[in-house]
Amino acid sequence: MSTELTTRQKVEAGLARRRRKEFTFRLVGMFATAVGILFLVIFFATLLGKGSSAFSQTFLQLNVEFNEDVLAPNGELDLIYADFDGLIRTALLNELPDVSGRGERRELYRLVSIGAGYQIQEMIAQNSELMGTTQSIWVPVSANVDMLMKGNIDASLDESLRPLSDWQIGWINKLDQAGRLDKKFNTALFTNGDSREPELAGIKGATMGSFFMLVVTIALSFPIGVAAAIYLEEFAPKNRWSDLIEVNINNLAAVPSIVFGLLGLAVFINWMALPRSAPLVGGLVLTLLTLPVIIIASRAAIKAVPPSIREAALGLGASQMQVVFHHVLPLAMPGMLTGAIIGMSRALGESAPLLMIGMIAFVVDVPGSFTDPSTALPVQIYLWADSPERAFAERTSAAIIVLLGFLLLMNLTAVIIRKRMERKW
Amino acid sequence: MVAIEQDRKVTQLKTAAMTETTDTPTEHHVDLAVPGYHGQEVELGRETVGNVRCDNAFMVAENVNVYYGDNHAIRDVTLEIGKKQVVALIGPSGCGKSTFLRCLNRMNDTIETARVTGNILLDGTDIYSKQQDPVALRARVGIVFQKPNPFPKSIYDNVAYGPRIHGLAGDRSELDGIVHSSLERAGLLKEVKDRLEEPGTSLSGGQQQRLCIARTIAVNPEVILMDEPCSALDPIATARIEDLMDELCEDYAIVIVTHSMQQAARVSRRVAYFHLGYLVEVDDTDKVFTNPQHKLTEDYITGRIG
Ligand SMILES: Nc1ncnc2c1ncn2[C@@H]1O[C@H](COP(=O)(O)OP(=O)(O)OP(=O)(O)O)[C@@H](O)[C@H]1O
Ligand SMILES: [Mg+2]
Repeated sequence: MSTELTTRQKVEAGLARRRRKEFTFRLVGMFATAVGILFLVIFFATLLGKGSSAFSQTFLQLNVEFNEDVLAPNGELDLIYADFDGLIRTALLNELPDVSGRGERRELYRLVSIGAGYQIQEMIAQNSELMGTTQSIWVPVSANVDMLMKGNIDASLDESLRPLSDWQIGWINKLDQAGRLDKKFNTALFTNGDSREPELAGIKGATMGSFFMLVVTIALSFPIGVAAAIYLEEFAPKNRWSDLIEVNINNLAAVPSIVFGLLGLAVFINWMALPRSAPLVGGLVLTLLTLPVIIIASRAAIKAVPPSIREAALGLGASQMQVVFHHVLPLAMPGMLTGAIIGMSRALGESAPLLMIGMIAFVVDVPGSFTDPSTALPVQIYLWADSPERAFAERTSAAIIVLLGFLLLMNLTAVIIRKRMERKW
Repeated sequence: MVAIEQDRKVTQLKTAAMTETTDTPTEHHVDLAVPGYHGQEVELGRETVGNVRCDNAFMVAENVNVYYGDNHAIRDVTLEIGKKQVVALIGPSGCGKSTFLRCLNRMNDTIETARVTGNILLDGTDIYSKQQDPVALRARVGIVFQKPNPFPKSIYDNVAYGPRIHGLAGDRSELDGIVHSSLERAGLLKEVKDRLEEPGTSLSGGQQQRLCIARTIAVNPEVILMDEPCSALDPIATARIEDLMDELCEDYAIVIVTHSMQQAARVSRRVAYFHLGYLVEVDDTDKVFTNPQHKLTEDYITGRIG
């Protein structure tokens, strides 16, 4: 008894070591989490720092005279060819009367975005009674002026090293002091399609493109994926063929996405002759991409339904169909929906396969249907990131913020759905 | 309880005069010598001792074998189950009671590896024939499982599920009637009548088991299979279930698996003793408990096995 350790002594002897192990493990875990969070914070901070300025845009207040002689020289207003820009120019010259000479004037005109003319056009189109009146309106300035106002262009640099001339900077300062320049919310970013002019470029086209694609994707991949999962889990005989299918589905989930793009190009565009750059084709390609994800998630959700529930229903004389639709599906639905939403958010963030089917085209118009040419949000980000203009850099970040916002929203929906539906269990 | 004590004494007295189970083995007949529980070898023959036949047989199992892959879980079992009687299946854990029970309404179909050979007749028709739809069979042969498994739905919907899928109730009030009477017969109505809309999973284990019984009898089956229905119940609820069985067996055939000798003695007309997949002995309950023919049966019911 004296040499023999009792169980209690043995347990106590090992206790310190166990505690130490647990402590180190916790420490490592905490460190790993902290590193992860740190990177996330850095990522969001830089993104917000770079992108938040894109949500505002500098506007110039001009007193524009809707001059009938300019707009309708022969008594008839031509909404398309009328010289709206001329009105802006006149207003600018009125603002800075000492500007003279052709070169100087041309530089002056460049302060204002070409969007200003369109703004006038729209105003007239909506309200022809403006003709002959003088209105004080805010028009967007050009991207370079905007960059200067946001401090992204260093005015102290030599003239040849910056996109704005000394004259232009002088006029800007003058207008600024007169209180004519002001930063406002950049609605164009959300209401316009893509544009060569950064101040007019918006993500609406890309967002709508992404939206149409996701509609196609969810409408196809969720029912097909769930049906396939149910069939494979509940009805298919377990043999070599179903094993083969299972292995292949798992492999498909790991196939690089660009391969799906190539497949889409070959099948949907070359063989089925569907239009290029269309959200329909993009949606089909993304369907291929998300199907394996949804099938795998759905099968896991179905597998997680306790067999005792199935037995209970079968024992009462429910048919296989009734077991699936009355008992298995309702219990598996949260898992399936979570899988679907995760698949969707993967689809939303995907750009590589879309490049292959021509969705990288420069599309100005906001797509209105599934077959209109369009881009998608991630492709738009890629396009803008590729543009040399400084103003596109901040828009790139802004578009990323919007994309992340959508992803966050989708994942939040997944969490909420899961919480909501699991409570029944 | 007292009866059983007496039974045991009787059994022990008779042990000396026990007739050895010497079924003459036929040539295709593999005899198995299993280690007995007192060192000596006990012969475990293929022939079941006692009387597998009964009058008024409603369900007949002939030479039933069940395999789980290579595991031969039920070996050549022949057993008749009569109308209006309770048959108790007893035996040590893992001897195949549940397996045999599940054959009787083809629940083994759902197990990938399970294979059943032999014939099982329900009212004269083979339930394993191609023409037999397992769905229709299970509506006639209900089952209550070893572990309570209510649906994660309301108490009402749990009981109403069977009648609903089989279209047994014409309208809502008829369905209400079925639900209430089923809960009443399962001895649960008093406890749940004010909370029929609460989930069945929120009940206690014993209440869940009674809910499962109510759910099964709501379909009004002709045969009821019960796999240890009282293992999670207190003595009061157990007594209620036993009363229910008494009541039900006036119309139905009941097969019950139980680990409680007392329960078997109380509720059953006949007892079947399983051992390692063999049906060792079947006979009228009082005969088996007072005068078991087989050594293994005797060892089991006197508490020397299991
Ligand atoms: N689903 C299954 N797959 C494979 N083997 C099984 C399965 N179910 C049971 N078995 C095997 O069949 C044999 C009989 O099991 P069974 O469940 O019928 O025993 P039991 O008599 O009901 O035992 P208990 O009293 O513990 O419930 C056991 O050896 C078991 O391992
Ligand atoms: Mg069992």
